[in-house]
Amino acid sequence: MSLEHFMRKAISEWMRVKGPQSDIVFSSRVRIARNLRGLPFPMLATASQAEEVARRVEEAVRNAANRHPLLQDAVFVKMNDLTDLERRVLVEKHLISPMLAEESRHGAVILSRDESVSIMINEEDHIRIQVLYPGLQPEKAWEAASSIDDWLEQYLPFAFDEDTGYLTSCPTNVGTGIRSSVMVHLPALAMTQQLGRLFPAITQVGLAVRGIYGEGSEALGQLYQVSNQVTLGQSEEEIIDNLQGVVRQMIEHEQAARRKLLELSRVQLDDRVHRSYGILAHSRIIDSKEAMMRLSDVRLGIDLGLIRGVSANVMNELMVMTQPGFLQQYAGQRLSAEQRDVRRAKLIRERLELERQSS
Amino acid sequence: MLCPECGKRPATLHYTKIVNGIKTELHLCEFCAQEKGLDYMPGFESGGFSFHQLLSGLLNLDPPSGPKGRAVRDGQGSFRCTTCGLTYNQFSKVGRFGCADCYKAFRDRLEPLLRRIHGHSTHRGKIPSRNLGEIKIRRQLEKLKHELALRIQAEEFEEAARLRDRIRELQQRLKQ
Ligand SMILES: [Zn+2]
Ligand SMILES: [Zn+2]
Repeated sequence: MSLEHFMRKAISEWMRVKGPQSDIVFSSRVRIARNLRGLPFPMLATASQAEEVARRVEEAVRNAANRHPLLQDAVFVKMNDLTDLERRVLVEKHLISPMLAEESRHGAVILSRDESVSIMINEEDHIRIQVLYPGLQPEKAWEAASSIDDWLEQYLPFAFDEDTGYLTSCPTNVGTGIRSSVMVHLPALAMTQQLGRLFPAITQVGLAVRGIYGEGSEALGQLYQVSNQVTLGQSEEEIIDNLQGVVRQMIEHEQAARRKLLELSRVQLDDRVHRSYGILAHSRIIDSKEAMMRLSDVRLGIDLGLIRGVSANVMNELMVMTQPGFLQQYAGQRLSAEQRDVRRAKLIRERLELERQSS
Repeated sequence: MLCPECGKRPATLHYTKIVNGIKTELHLCEFCAQEKGLDYMPGFESGGFSFHQLLSGLLNLDPPSGPKGRAVRDGQGSFRCTTCGLTYNQFSKVGRFGCADCYKAFRDRLEPLLRRIHGHSTHRGKIPSRNLGEIKIRRQLEKLKHELALRIQAEEFEEAARLRDRIRELQQRLKQ
């Protein structure tokens, strides 16, 4: 597989579009949990009941008289028809959850052509509608997800209670069933050691912060996911507004920290981002932790105009392409951790070389 | 993995038993575990995320209260959802419900829990449009019943009969 072809595969179409505030906010995601009335939740569903859920959702999407505009060329993929590696790649692209990939029975996903919409079937709930948008636009993602919800509801009866709202498998999702999250890159706040003060404040207003691609809550590449915790007692719009308001403040703090760094230690910062670029461009062995850290530095360097001739998108691509599933797919074979570190270094060198040639 | 006992449901409970130095691993679904009386075994671990274990810490703080709705107390003194069979004990271990009716079955115990998780216990968000009609009818019914009581009190029987017919008609529509 050529690198260009592989890049196209790694990057969903929606990621190629530059969103608002995209120097700090990578993506906005909204997920809505729904269950079919009259069938047990996936945890207790028998094989035939789980199969029935998958069949009914698929039928609704396939046979609807007028398909939802976002699902025109959607594909239906059963987890059982995919290899372990293929499932993993979908997880690394954030199109499905690890739970759907690994634990679901009769798990399936409906994917829109640009991969901005994925509808997971038989995950923790019968249905999880997910919409991804570039940059900071959670309200747009919500509008899209909600319109798909309305459309599906014409064909499928959802478990709903007037007092408790949409009934979900876990009580932490009940009510609106909505989880909206924003992926933010906060390298300057990390360098100036302000995250320790920022994060507790965020959790106090009903939001949660998690590191991404890391084990547990460990953050790699200073990428964090901020999401709502409360799903009951607030309207969807209030939930989105709250998240958006807090993220706007985080952006301001990050921008202030970036300005301060440039002002007080420009040379050190310039040195750091270029060193990281040098390591990415020349190393022969690199583990995923270091790769993410260096990519984070280079991305900051690009955003601040310290590094030129490399597009910010290269970083987004490499953050996906250097994950284990992708590396193995590119290599066309299973790889040990050591082999992956060598392949990862090679892939990054090649990608940066390609960028040098095209700029 | 499927529960090897029944072969129907996923094995969500996993634990290790060591008897006379011989280690055995057990994987069971909620139902079979309950059947085997393993529900109350110490050192029992749920297969869920650590988050769900954290949640179960919260659940165990709830004061016990009487059942309402569809919950029945089973032989072991645990409340059980009659639709899916999940007991409150099982729920407090895995942190997930078995079906939508569990919300009704465990309603009394759920309210303080929901308030602890969300700060609220009443939905204020979106309503599926197919439920809108039903909700409207139910609100109307409440109003009519109140009015009926007033008419009977005022001994306006002719008007009361008219209201009674209207109530029957709406109740019929709800059943459909
Ligand atoms: Zn079983
Ligand atoms: Zn139930």
